[in-house]
Amino acid sequence: MSETRTGAQVMCEALIREGVDVMFGVPGGAIMPFYHAMWEYREQLRHVLCRHEQGAGHAAEGYARSTGRIGVCIGTSGPGVTNLVTPIADAMMDSTPLLAICGQVSSTVLGKDAFQETDITGITMPITKHNYLVKRAEDLPYVFKEAIHIATTGRPGPVLIDITKDAMQKSTVPDWDVKLNLPGYKPNYHGNRKQIREALKLLAHAKKPVIISGNGVVMSGASDELRMFAEKLRIPVITTLHGIGSLPESHPLNIGMPGMHGWVHGNKAIQECDVLFNIGGRFDDRVTGKASTFAPNAKVIHVDIDPSEIGKNVKVAVPIVGDARNVLLALLEEMPAQEELSELHGNASDWMEHIRDLQDKHQGKQQYKNRSASAGMTLPPHDVFDALNATLAKNGNYVLVTDVGQHQMWAAQLLDFNAGPRTHITSGGAATMGFSVPASLGVAVAHPEKTVWVVCGDGGFQMTNQEMATIIQEGIKNIKVMIINNGYLGMVRQWQELFEGKRYSGTPLSGPNFAKLAEAYYWKGITVERSADVQAAIDEAMATDGPVLIDFQVEREVNVFPMVPQNKSIGEMIVNESEA
Amino acid sequence: MRKHTIVALVQDRPGVLTRVAGLVRRRGYNIESLAVGHSEQPEISRLTIVVESEDVEQVTKQLYRLIEVIKVSDVTFDPTVEREMAVVKVHAPPSTRHEIISMCGTFEAKIVDVGATTMIIEMTGTPSKVENFIEIVRPYGVKEMMRTGRIAMVRGARGHNAGEYVEPANSNGATTPSMN
Repeated sequence: MSETRTGAQVMCEALIREGVDVMFGVPGGAIMPFYHAMWEYREQLRHVLCRHEQGAGHAAEGYARSTGRIGVCIGTSGPGVTNLVTPIADAMMDSTPLLAICGQVSSTVLGKDAFQETDITGITMPITKHNYLVKRAEDLPYVFKEAIHIATTGRPGPVLIDITKDAMQKSTVPDWDVKLNLPGYKPNYHGNRKQIREALKLLAHAKKPVIISGNGVVMSGASDELRMFAEKLRIPVITTLHGIGSLPESHPLNIGMPGMHGWVHGNKAIQECDVLFNIGGRFDDRVTGKASTFAPNAKVIHVDIDPSEIGKNVKVAVPIVGDARNVLLALLEEMPAQEELSELHGNASDWMEHIRDLQDKHQGKQQYKNRSASAGMTLPPHDVFDALNATLAKNGNYVLVTDVGQHQMWAAQLLDFNAGPRTHITSGGAATMGFSVPASLGVAVAHPEKTVWVVCGDGGFQMTNQEMATIIQEGIKNIKVMIINNGYLGMVRQWQELFEGKRYSGTPLSGPNFAKLAEAYYWKGITVERSADVQAAIDEAMATDGPVLIDFQVEREVNVFPMVPQNKSIGEMIVNESEA
Repeated sequence: MRKHTIVALVQDRPGVLTRVAGLVRRRGYNIESLAVGHSEQPEISRLTIVVESEDVEQVTKQLYRLIEVIKVSDVTFDPTVEREMAVVKVHAPPSTRHEIISMCGTFEAKIVDVGATTMIIEMTGTPSKVENFIEIVRPYGVKEMMRTGRIAMVRGARGHNAGEYVEPANSNGATTPSMN
């Protein structure tokens, strides 16, 4: 029989029982009992004090995305927890297992507009996978068990638990054996065999098949299975922004990223393909362009663990509800014999050759290698990515975290990701500026042995840069921040240039002396103004035993190409400046 | 846009109605009516939603994403019993009272209150019959009206038995916390 505990002690023990060992948060009045109890468990349950709850939320996301384990963030009632709203919404869009724990005013004053009272379960209902308001200490063991189960199973997502202060203070004898009662929550992990055979038949007989690999492949740990499957059938693989790393970019079948800033040859391959196998991607509009014009000749096979994603944006011929890895394993099991495959695949190399021809024609990454557009520039942003790419190739033990905007697309386009899944962390669906610095904190806590590179813009950096202090306080040394500083909210400026007659309304942006700011936070700060100094700065960052910030003052008005204008077909790309 | 009748079984937890209503709103579907109440199992409630949508499959799939939602069916094309109740306060001075009473007889509506110049009539039936009745009494002067919204049940053995979804109580005899 368990002993008597306070609700707050139950919360700590529940987390430890579920394998949680680190939390990111900020205390306050209503959550104080939890912080009081936390002190007793500090050996097992590390608390990282962030400077802002949004930072705590993104740090928990960075932890979760780089490990696959649940990320935990904490805020107090009222403004504490409303500051968590953005990371919660971000985690919802990108299917990140996140647990948000928040203090609520005592049940005796609940609903009376008490000090720092906010209806956070009401606010977060549309942006959580599920949420709870707990008013009794005895409900805590069950709620924590169910919450973590829901956050981490099926399609992962954020779950919020709002706990009244008196529920944390009251004593209870926790019942740890309470069983889950979720008759309506039964995620389907195993795809239907008949559908899987149907999919395989379509793919094996396809003349121009394409695989799109998304976040689901990364989350289910299906990289090996994806590679084996693609190799068996010799199908080119496109990796979405969140699918980056699911197949190394050096693999001969990898043809890069699709969509708005994907490569022309990848998008053309989608538009020409006869069978499209999307595994673990959700046909986001940044991938499909105008959905009605997407992959017009293709029979679409869609594998997703969330049935509501199938048929939502794109018409599907073969729906498969299941976990990406399980479905790939089943596909490999059902695979016809090698001789039969060879017979079917007489033309596989023609198709691949055709795509590589398209790539040569439209240059892909090469256009930046012999770019004429950057002639005369003192520091074109591409020089930074070239140098970083060389460094990553030499030092493969890294995680790269990006923010949101032009630099994010350049990083996805120009860096060669060959370090495996969960090494490219970014905010995709919600596209939350300010994600990268706090997310890198979570990544660094999870991976002290890796170099955590942050690539961000001067806009996003200024939204959450106070977490630099958290990074110092925690003694974290392996974070290296690279600001692609162009003095604009660059992606918005690009759209204004291309589509709004260069009316730069609200986009020119000043900042502090970033290197000096870094020094003020006890980081090393470096300023780079010329291409010739880029590599030396990156080398210095690598060699420094401590966090480093490099302010790359790049050419201000450089655009991300190729680009699909909004609501256009992905077959209609603007390839370079001269076409814009 | 077509109207669909959706029947759902949901776990009876706080906030479940808000979750369902919020989801239908934010996904851009119009709720024509929503009726909720206990099912034959104490911990499971039953909803009937009449919704306007081109893509009712998406509505049901989205509803399934809610953790408390156990079973969702579009019963629009199934043989069902559908009922709705309206309570109508009609202007009924002695001069028109007899006409109204005879109308109620034809529609099998019940007169549940009679005042000096008004009557309250309870009308239960298929949604279209309720609609017809209201149109018939409207010229007499409807002073107040309240409709329950549609409830539906599939005929025959096939249906939505809530008992199937009730899990046995925990071994230690404890029940799931109500989280109230």
